[in-house]
Amino acid sequence: MAGMVPDQTPSAAGDGYRRIVGPLLLPTWVVIGIFLVLPVALMAVYSVLTKEFRGGVDWQFSLAAYDQFFLNRGLFGDEPPTLEWTYITIFWRSIWQAAMATALCLAIGFPTAWFIATRPANTRGIWLFLITIPYWVNLLIRTVSLKFLIRDNGPLNEALMGAGLIDGPLPLVNTNLAVQLGLFYSYLPFMVLPVYAAVERYNFAYSEAAADLYASRWVTLREIVLPIVKPGIVAGCLLVFIPSLGAFLAPDLLGGAKTFMIGSLIDEQFKGSLGNWPFGAAVSMILMTLVMIALLFYARSTAKGGAA
Amino acid sequence: MSDAIDIRRVVKRYGTFTALHGVSLTIRDNEFFTLLGPSGCGKTTLLRMIAGFEDVTQGEILLFGQNIAGLEPDRRPVNTVFQNYALFPHMSVLDNVAFGLKMKGMAAETRRARAGKMLEMVHLSAFADRLPAQLSGGQQQRVALARALAPEPRVLLLDEPLSALDLKLRQAMRVELKQLQEDTGITFIFVTHDQEEALTMSDRIAVMSAGHVQQIGSAREIYEAPVNRFVADFIGETNLLEVDIVSVAAGTARVTLPGGHPLTCPSATDSLGKHALSIRPERLSLVAEGGDLDVTVERVVYLGTDLQLLTRLQGGMEMHVRIQNSARVTVPKVGDRVGLRIEEGAARLLAD
Amino acid sequence: MKGVRHYPGFLAITILCLVVLYAPLLVIMAYSFNGSTSITTWGGFSLHWYVDVFTGAEAARFGQAAWNSLTIAIIAATASTAIATAAAVAMIRGGTFRGKRATFALINMPLMVPEIVTAVATLIFFAMIGLTTGYLTILIAHITFCIPFAYLPIAARLQGIEGHYEQAARDLYASRWQAFRLILLPLMAPGVVSGYLLAFIISLDDFIITNFVKGAGMETLPTAIFGSVKQGIKPNIMAISTLMLVVSILFVTLSYLINRKGRRAP
Repeated sequence: MAGMVPDQTPSAAGDGYRRIVGPLLLPTWVVIGIFLVLPVALMAVYSVLTKEFRGGVDWQFSLAAYDQFFLNRGLFGDEPPTLEWTYITIFWRSIWQAAMATALCLAIGFPTAWFIATRPANTRGIWLFLITIPYWVNLLIRTVSLKFLIRDNGPLNEALMGAGLIDGPLPLVNTNLAVQLGLFYSYLPFMVLPVYAAVERYNFAYSEAAADLYASRWVTLREIVLPIVKPGIVAGCLLVFIPSLGAFLAPDLLGGAKTFMIGSLIDEQFKGSLGNWPFGAAVSMILMTLVMIALLFYARSTAKGGAA
Repeated sequence: MSDAIDIRRVVKRYGTFTALHGVSLTIRDNEFFTLLGPSGCGKTTLLRMIAGFEDVTQGEILLFGQNIAGLEPDRRPVNTVFQNYALFPHMSVLDNVAFGLKMKGMAAETRRARAGKMLEMVHLSAFADRLPAQLSGGQQQRVALARALAPEPRVLLLDEPLSALDLKLRQAMRVELKQLQEDTGITFIFVTHDQEEALTMSDRIAVMSAGHVQQIGSAREIYEAPVNRFVADFIGETNLLEVDIVSVAAGTARVTLPGGHPLTCPSATDSLGKHALSIRPERLSLVAEGGDLDVTVERVVYLGTDLQLLTRLQGGMEMHVRIQNSARVTVPKVGDRVGLRIEEGAARLLAD
Repeated sequence: MKGVRHYPGFLAITILCLVVLYAPLLVIMAYSFNGSTSITTWGGFSLHWYVDVFTGAEAARFGQAAWNSLTIAIIAATASTAIATAAAVAMIRGGTFRGKRATFALINMPLMVPEIVTAVATLIFFAMIGLTTGYLTILIAHITFCIPFAYLPIAARLQGIEGHYEQAARDLYASRWQAFRLILLPLMAPGVVSGYLLAFIISLDDFIITNFVKGAGMETLPTAIFGSVKQGIKPNIMAISTLMLVVSILFVTLSYLINRKGRRAP
């Protein structure tokens, strides 16, 4: 019988791209697979190899890198191991700095996103555009500009002293605050955009219902608005926190020795003869693990939000 | 007359879901044929199979005798008017209409001339250089028609083409479509869920439900002689009464109505026992005495041209009655007991 | 009655937000026109430092770096846009297929992995396979991490184009290839252009990864600027920065306008 066509025949329909999905995706698989997935896997391997003194590795299994990160065995390596605080402190500082930058972004970003989302539809695009333009300016240039603005005898301090608000220059550069400002400046649009998207979808009838039921503006914000737009806020926080954690330029240019962060620690391991590739790879692995944990937390929170 | 389309035991399955259960029907050449049914009945699937956008799981579709099951959409002498028109937004109206001709390899000048003629036919010559977005819904609809007709298909498929228009335009387009079909002599296959559309335009209608064809026939046949409960209920409004068949022969049955009165009526079944009797509300009239059914009036609804009476039989079943709104009619009051007379031959026994 | 949309102070914060975002850029632009050799005192308006950028002591170094940046950005944006376009067509028009979620994760991986980690991993990979770091390694790295940036606007655009346009074309005797070339491609063009411009800017801007895989002697504009800035911010850097800033803003504005026009048309 001519009509005995099996179920799974590819459709003769307009969705003809189904047949060539493989060839269409091949370049993506090859490029990202070979030049990103494979390197990350290789990095994991490098983190358990022995260091070679001029940079590079000896193909000899060793946990020395992780040992160096977590354990202190004294100057000559013969004392009983105790917890090594040097690197954990750097991580802790990075997490703290990233968290502060995230909080700063939220404090400024949420009202901004709300304000934009409540403009008439035809002007929202312009506002968003204004917020995103600086992001497209080279990060290095933005960071340098910020440094130029806030340095001891820079325009900001000059202006403040000229106005008689302060007697001597505010020492901003090389402080934690400067780094936080730098991170805030680097990633602010990452907070504004997802929060904006969430507020734009928010149905203002909820607010009206709350007001109708005697809730004040701020109570409405806390009890109604924030819980509803939370997915956008969580996404924004993550988008700021993750790149801040591994940032290199802001801490390097705006901070000093006291504000040393993960990015610089990793960078050092690959510079010249003082480097230690397995250790750099191990620190990168630990950083990536932290980021994956944050993403997992995010995935779980959105899954819960979807079910509710 | 030859057959334009012959659908033979066509089955369509999506995974474990069966959209069409062995549908067979033939569509004659030069016919305005309508596939009518509620959403999800399989009518659009069937249309898309004819167009070539869906595979046939089992069975055959013959187009003028040729099996087209394996043919790509661009190899079928069949064109479609899509539900949302699918006018190419980046091309002018003229380029849209000329697209099919271009694909068929017609020279630039000839195809522009022909596309211009098509636009003339749908009264849109003045809009040739506009983009589709600059036209109203009704104008877009006519461009879609012109585009699908330009390559002179042997069969034109129309997928709920009027559903996006407002009521006035829809009514005007019904007349225009029918006229166009008669003028061009092309076979039209029209898909709709709107029974009024189907009844006003079609030469024949296939009523579909749950992947089966329930009945095929002219508008009159389907309305006046429905074969089963689904068709009777789906097309227009009807009263369905459970009755006992006393005797049946040659398509005519004698039944006993609730209340005891006997009735002779056409029958779609040959078996005895309990069956559903369908009576249209407008085929009932109020009589003082000698009625076939005795009812109590429960509500009178004013509909302008008509009055709708909601009445109840003694056994508890509801009967809807529609009478013309006229000064000659005495309107009964709520609570009145009245007799209902069934117009000769208007009641019909259903097969299930 | 101000309505439930209004919160007092939000306008002020928005303005503060814009001031914070733009002040550093405006200051550096202003000081790039400083006539004085000192960066702290204002010595009147002058184009001196712009002349210096093209003729000064560092002109050759920055010229070469700019050339490298530009050619890498053009090649990387072209390659990643081509790859991303194919991927977007498969992901949005290919229906459901095995490995779709994994592919989606793969496309977004360059956005998920911290940049510094990508930099380290890429350096290790090139060292391992024995590829000398330089122009080629920068190019490969850029093509890789530009893919998701090119992909996002293309996929977003493609999602907005309903499938029935291509079906209509197929119905009107167009082959698969004709339906793609005459219908889908022109309709998705604004997304492709937008993706290309994004990828171009991302490549032009990258510092961290480039810094790891560039090798000795090879410079792009950001790495060259970084090298100079390490010795202090000099006025010629401000002039270069202003030029780059203007180019970036020009590109983004162009991308924005193209996208908006494209969205209005259908």
